[in-house]
Amino acid sequence: MLMPAKNPITSFDVRKVRKDFPALELLIRGKPLVYLDNGASTQKPSAVLEAMDDFYRSRYANVHRGVYELSEKATQSFEETRDKVKNFIHAGDRKEIIFVRGTTEGINLVAHSFARPRLQEGDEVLITAMEHHANIVPWQMICAEKKARLRVVPMDATGTLMVDHLDSYLTDKTRILCVAHVSNALGTINPLETIIHKAHRMGIPVLVDGAQAVPHLLVDMQELGCDFYVFSSHKMYGPTGIGIVYGKKELLEAMSPYQGGGDMISSVTFEKTTYNDLPYKFEAGTPAIAEAIGLGAAIDYLQAIGMESINSFENELLAHAREELNKIPKLKLIGEAFCRSSIFSFTIDGIHPHDIASILDREGIAVRAGHHCAQPVMDFFKIPATVRASLSFYNTREEIDALVRGIYKVLDIFG
Amino acid sequence: MSELRELYQDMILDHSQHPRNRGKLEKATHHADGFNPLCGDKVKIDLMVDNGTIKDIRFEGSGCAISTASVSLLTEAIKGKSEREIEILFGKFHDLVTGKNENSGESDNLGKLAVFQGVREFPMRVKCATLSWHTLLAALKNEKKVATTEK
Ligand SMILES: Cc1ncc(COP(=O)(O)O)c(C=O)c1O
Repeated sequence: MLMPAKNPITSFDVRKVRKDFPALELLIRGKPLVYLDNGASTQKPSAVLEAMDDFYRSRYANVHRGVYELSEKATQSFEETRDKVKNFIHAGDRKEIIFVRGTTEGINLVAHSFARPRLQEGDEVLITAMEHHANIVPWQMICAEKKARLRVVPMDATGTLMVDHLDSYLTDKTRILCVAHVSNALGTINPLETIIHKAHRMGIPVLVDGAQAVPHLLVDMQELGCDFYVFSSHKMYGPTGIGIVYGKKELLEAMSPYQGGGDMISSVTFEKTTYNDLPYKFEAGTPAIAEAIGLGAAIDYLQAIGMESINSFENELLAHAREELNKIPKLKLIGEAFCRSSIFSFTIDGIHPHDIASILDREGIAVRAGHHCAQPVMDFFKIPATVRASLSFYNTREEIDALVRGIYKVLDIFG
Repeated sequence: MSELRELYQDMILDHSQHPRNRGKLEKATHHADGFNPLCGDKVKIDLMVDNGTIKDIRFEGSGCAISTASVSLLTEAIKGKSEREIEILFGKFHDLVTGKNENSGESDNLGKLAVFQGVREFPMRVKCATLSWHTLLAALKNEKKVATTEK
């Protein structure tokens, strides 16, 4: 995990990078788009659009089926992405990379195929106070079904997990610990090494929701040692409709399939079906082929820039943003954790986030207002909603300054 | 900027910052809760209905300027009215905020509620303006479930 960078990387040229993203040229009511909702989804570089377009135009066929050349080549391109993902997150084996629809489906897969058969009445599932609904609801559902207990590791007023208290939550009844790598509502980066170490000492497997981490940080499965790591392509400059479950091979092998159908079998009779080997056992039906190819192109694109450069540029932007926002009267940043990613949430005294976002929208500035699918986080801070700006490496200091000017307009309108 | 000024008119800002008829009714005959899951706005409405007309109304809740001003102005607009009159008024109000009555002059009959005309330029905010009305109608029907802006 990267700590905030001290040395600005000068080789990174944001002007050049912006040219790779056609959407960044959009005008919103005559004003240049200032896209600060990257936590919800990122814009796509031409390399991704072209890879998908080219596949559909001149290389398209279904995968894992035909013996004809076109299908063979489609299969090859599709499977290349699996290798790219494996290398990108430093997984040990390509079989550990499962294609799913996204983070949400990935967590449901693990809840259903891994946790559900292992849960008995009175057992516990441990999550944290800053999870996205996608890492709460699937666990609630299986806990209700199995009469198990959902427990929640608390956070403090800065939005930092109370890791010192973690030991008291890890019991001989805990069957899995599920934690976000980076909080989507607060930007907090959780200390995964410590968390995973403590859980593993008790023999408890750990699932990490990496949706907000993979686009910003170097993630390394060998270093982290987590059991499952889940993320979405669309938040890392790739297309929608595809995401990844990384799982340790021994665990995946011991799990039953999530869905049944074609591709996930090796033989079927009406009496008995033999499941296919990893990773196909978990990939029933025709997968998102073009999307996988797009994701592969996104990974190539990110690696060409380099995750270190991305991380240090984003940290500079974040520091600039926090400094400028802190000067604005009545504005309060929500989440002051020491270790953080390029997401910030804020409120302004007496002005509802929804009104702030509407006014910013008229300036071409796209931010998100709401509970960010993390209602428990809002309840914790006793606020109904926040405004959230989430940065990408394609954002500029000038865009941060436009945001600040927009906020002064809000203050002006509300007198 | 002018669209914004039209949305956030002084009367709307005034009612959002100093909402009228806030609180609970000890002797409420009707009640409903409203919730907009999209933005988390919540509103609770207490009514005292006598002989088919509204004698008194109070609300509690938190929301954006548009939704707070909407419920505050609503409480002033509906006292003494019958359910049928309220339905007609809501119909006109709905047309106003969705921009359906541009040239019909209907807004003339809306009184102060006409300040919400600016909402029509902000389709994403229509639900903020109408949550209180959905909740009011639910209260009149004394529906126990939570009213939402989702149909
Ligand atoms: C931390 C976190 N987890 C899970 C999700 C859900 O991702 P998806 O909607 O791509 O399944 C998101 C995205 O909103 C997120 O930010």
